[in-house]
Amino acid sequence: MTAEEWEDFRKGHPKAASLKTVPLPFPELCATLFDGNAATGNPSQCLKLQHSAVIRIQTSRTLEEPKEDNMAKFSIATVFIASISLLLTLTHSFSLENPTDRRILVLVDDLALKSSHSIFFSSLQARGFELDFKLSDDPKIALQRYGQHLYDGLILFSPSTERFGGSLDVAAILDFVDSGKDLIVAADANASDLIRNIAAECGIDFDEDPSAVVIDHGSYAVSETEGDHTLIAADDFIQSDVLLGSTKIEAPVLFKGIGHSLNPANSLVLKVLSGSPSAYSANPKSKLSSPPSLSGSSISLVSVVQARNNARIVFSGSLDLFSNKFFKSTVQKAGSSHKFAKSGNQQFATEISKWVFHERGHLKAVNVRHHRVGETDEPAIYRINDDLEYLVEIYEWSGSNWEPYVANDVQVQFYMMSPYVLKTMSNNKKGLYLASFKVPDVYGVFQFKVEYQRLGYTSLSLAKQIPVRPFRHNEYERFIPTAFPYYGASFSTMAGFLIFSFVYLYSK
Amino acid sequence: MVGKVDAAKGGAKSLQSPASNQATSKPDLSSMSTAFSFKNLKLKTKQQELLIRVSILGLVYILAFITRLFSVLRYESMIHEFDPYFNYRTTLYLTEKGFYEFWNWFDSESWYPLGRIIGGTLYPGLMVTAAIIYWTLKFLRFAVHIREVCVLTAPFFASNTTIVAYFFGKELWDSGAGLVAAALIAICPGYISRSVAGSYDNEGVAIFALLLTFYLFVKAVNTGSLAWSLASAFGYFYMVSAWGGYVFIINLIPLYVLVLLITGRYSMRLYVAYNCMYIVGMLLAMQIRFVGFQHVQSGEHMAAMGVFFLIQVFYFLVYVKHMLNDKKLFQALLRIGVTSAVGVAAIALGVGTASGYISPWTGRFYSLLDPTYAKDHIPIIASVSEHQPTAWSSFMFDFHILLFLFPAGLYFCFKRLSDATIFIVMYGLTSMYFAGVMVRLILVATPAVCLISAIAVSATIKNLTQAIRGKNTQTMSSKGTNSSKGLSKQQASLDQTIPYLKNGATALLLGAFYLLSRYAIHCTWVTSEAYSSPSIVLAARGAHGQRIIFDDYREAYFWLRQNTPSDAKIMSWWDYGYQITAMGNRTVIVDNNTWNNTHIATVGRAMSSYEDEAYEIMRSLDVDYVLVVFGGVTGYSSDDINKFLWMVRIGGGVFPVIKEPDYLVNGEYRVDKGAAPKMLNCLMYKLCYYRFGELTTEYGKPPGYDRARGVEIGNKDVKLEYLEEAFTTSNWIVRIYKVKPPSNRW
Repeated sequence: MTAEEWEDFRKGHPKAASLKTVPLPFPELCATLFDGNAATGNPSQCLKLQHSAVIRIQTSRTLEEPKEDNMAKFSIATVFIASISLLLTLTHSFSLENPTDRRILVLVDDLALKSSHSIFFSSLQARGFELDFKLSDDPKIALQRYGQHLYDGLILFSPSTERFGGSLDVAAILDFVDSGKDLIVAADANASDLIRNIAAECGIDFDEDPSAVVIDHGSYAVSETEGDHTLIAADDFIQSDVLLGSTKIEAPVLFKGIGHSLNPANSLVLKVLSGSPSAYSANPKSKLSSPPSLSGSSISLVSVVQARNNARIVFSGSLDLFSNKFFKSTVQKAGSSHKFAKSGNQQFATEISKWVFHERGHLKAVNVRHHRVGETDEPAIYRINDDLEYLVEIYEWSGSNWEPYVANDVQVQFYMMSPYVLKTMSNNKKGLYLASFKVPDVYGVFQFKVEYQRLGYTSLSLAKQIPVRPFRHNEYERFIPTAFPYYGASFSTMAGFLIFSFVYLYSK
Repeated sequence: MVGKVDAAKGGAKSLQSPASNQATSKPDLSSMSTAFSFKNLKLKTKQQELLIRVSILGLVYILAFITRLFSVLRYESMIHEFDPYFNYRTTLYLTEKGFYEFWNWFDSESWYPLGRIIGGTLYPGLMVTAAIIYWTLKFLRFAVHIREVCVLTAPFFASNTTIVAYFFGKELWDSGAGLVAAALIAICPGYISRSVAGSYDNEGVAIFALLLTFYLFVKAVNTGSLAWSLASAFGYFYMVSAWGGYVFIINLIPLYVLVLLITGRYSMRLYVAYNCMYIVGMLLAMQIRFVGFQHVQSGEHMAAMGVFFLIQVFYFLVYVKHMLNDKKLFQALLRIGVTSAVGVAAIALGVGTASGYISPWTGRFYSLLDPTYAKDHIPIIASVSEHQPTAWSSFMFDFHILLFLFPAGLYFCFKRLSDATIFIVMYGLTSMYFAGVMVRLILVATPAVCLISAIAVSATIKNLTQAIRGKNTQTMSSKGTNSSKGLSKQQASLDQTIPYLKNGATALLLGAFYLLSRYAIHCTWVTSEAYSSPSIVLAARGAHGQRIIFDDYREAYFWLRQNTPSDAKIMSWWDYGYQITAMGNRTVIVDNNTWNNTHIATVGRAMSSYEDEAYEIMRSLDVDYVLVVFGGVTGYSSDDINKFLWMVRIGGGVFPVIKEPDYLVNGEYRVDKGAAPKMLNCLMYKLCYYRFGELTTEYGKPPGYDRARGVEIGNKDVKLEYLEEAFTTSNWIVRIYKVKPPSNRW
């Protein structure tokens, strides 16, 4: 690599400058690894890699430039090129290092939806997502091939589909979620059983009456057709900056569709947008003969689920909520004189999609380590009453890079069937959390546990097992001051016995 | 060696004579008559007799070893049963890591998450013994595996026991009795049951140590020698380091001393022997971490201490009596002295117990004194099959003719009462009682029974041979062997020669030999058929008489070792804990060291709860896999379903939500259609019978026919929600289930 090339690269990657001079931790290893790469004479291949990988390759190349014996390693080179291209495809998608989704499959009933909801879709595309639109009965739909997932996210804007095309079914979608992928599901008044089943599997029960929609005579949106109270201006948001962004959604969100309730057995599902106290779910065309099964603020209009593997799901009872028409329309809530020029729908939809595709609220904990105070190596076992330090680094994904996560409520437990130590960790504002404490005077197999679950954030659940042993027999104090009388007693007895023996034996 | 012992014995006699004339006169007579009879047998020199004796002992030594090798020949050189696997694992650790690490070993792989301080909760004698043998062999350039050493440790010590039995018998009676005792104990099934090759358990070494301690103590009492007493203290130390049964010694010896005191056999010899043995033995025993300060703190050891003080009082009184020379005054002093001594002792005991300094008796000890105690209060002790009261048949099985020779031997002992015979009588009687309380304690009784029987056999045969040689005319009742053994040697009633005396004696002698040969045959048969199966590998006879081997246990443990993450936690009933850690190398929740009843009860509760409740418990214990043993396919009856009632009982003992009646129907335990609904749906039932309903186990029976219990199961459609089957061995004996992680979306 020439100096000009390096300069070029440095411009593009300002952080890399310092790395040129930093020696690599394993020069020999890198040398063998990257020898072959030089042989192809095509360094541009590497440039497609993401930051860290590129930097590493470049620096190593500067290190091993004098090497000449490249030909022999041609075969390694081919293997390495292959692995790099594989790496490229891998790093491009959802990963631990880059949790934001990249490729999203959008299933629609009708391709017209592509244009009627274009604002929402283009906002996603503008944020760098690749959208793949398919009709929901397209026989070629597949979420995975050869065991690899083809998409990182799925948007189901096909409320009336009874059967998906291809191999896709409820189980496949749930499997998709259970492998950590994200999902947006929008239903509407004619939601199919398929959609209802998916929702039910995630703890969301849409109103069982197929003709029921959410009606609200209290907080409907004022519109031209008087008496239609199925268009609701909802403004009962969940209070969470993580879910809905830090800017407050001022205007109400227009909603037209069906309501759902949350299964109380499911602790992972959250109401994001709930109905007002006067809302209820019924068939607007028929007379209400019995009390509606869903009413009041127990109706959820939009809900989210964050699964245990941090896959995120959004369920909306209204597909129109995402439509251009609603995005652009003015809104005036009944009983309120203030007329908003623009509904809150766009902001709401954008913010919730940012959350669901991991652009916000995604934490990672790395470098979990612990050691005795004053040491750096991690011991295999602690002794009771040892003083130790537990460290963990927590970062939050900002959508493009990892930033230190700063909070004062991260706690670590020293746990054996119940927490023996529960301590809030201090942090250095750079993402490093630290707790130092004394091992309790109890031996056993303990665990360092960090259970950090905050609304909207990915749940961090770290457990690290560590045994704690009692003192060894020679680790106790050999002589203790309080026992000196006893030592004195023993030794004087011994001396006395000796003297007595002599006196007895030789005094005659 | 023999000559030396003889000399020592002679010394003992001379020491004995001032103490009790009665006791000494008889050994003298018997030894004289022995010498006399040998002369008549035309054995010209003492060396020839020695040669015979040594060669008999050598043969017995070899016999004791080889008769225990059935299991190695039939199966392979492997460790048997449950506890030996723990001993093997610790021995391995000791040889690999050295003594320091072993002594301070904290094992995080068992009793998760509590862990176990192994160094402080085991008797290290066995492991250290095996390790020393191993190191010695290695030093001598014999490249053996530590497993071979472990497998053969018990037979080796059984051989050594025969030598000790010889000397003990010699000390008690004469060398003839010693030889017979050695021969009897070499093949006695009661001892073989715990000392076959592969049965690498504490008892294998401990019986040797026990007998050695007793022998040395009796020797010390007989000689009054400080050296023998010290030796017995070291024997006691070895016993303490090897087995918890040392409590028997530390109670029997004081009891013996007490009896001697009461019967007026107090002597200086006894004083020296007991004091030295007790004090040195106690100090040595305290070096074992597991025993620690129990000698001065636990109720079980207080008898020894009380007797120790009592003997001091006795000594003092004798001294005072010697000084005082006034009978009346002495009587008064005696009264005051004894009263105040007893009073002080009682107060000390009361205060010590009340303040908690002296711990009360443990449950195991109570259950020995009161056989019904464990049944009512400590189900965990009662659940072990070897803690059950002994059936008559197993006495017969383990002792055979010794059972009849034992009373005869007692008779001989009473006929020739001495300090030594009093000891063996007391040892025999107490251990027989304990053997009746608990099956496993037959083992402790075996040496006593063998020794006492040996006295009977030896004395009888000697008398019979004398009768045949026609030296003495003796009265002889013709009522049978038993009474014929009671030949009196008193020549007072020699009025006339009984006709056919020689023929009768010959017949009886032949009868005795016949009985003894039956004994040998029985012992060999029992060893071969009953006591040589490793119980980790099961064998059955097929339809064509061929042997079928069920190696399911090891299959399952090796599966665990190969297929589960190295920190996986396995939940099973405690019986299998040692084996899982030793062979599967995985962490277990509970194991055979039943030190924490609550933890075991938690497992019992999980096993007897419904699946969802059990899931919560298993999650709280971080359980990854559940292992159950199931015999329904093979007809293996000691499986978890048959043990299940104990799980319910032990679980219910701590957690009252588990109620035994819920699992019974009209007080009956069943698994078929008539079983209780809770029984049919508890975790253990589900895990054992999962997919069993589809299986036809026996021709002509409906699917789901449980061969171990001979019924068709009641719940054939078992569905598991929180667990999934991970592995089932080829004969379904061990089934392993994986605990699923919590549902992703709920």
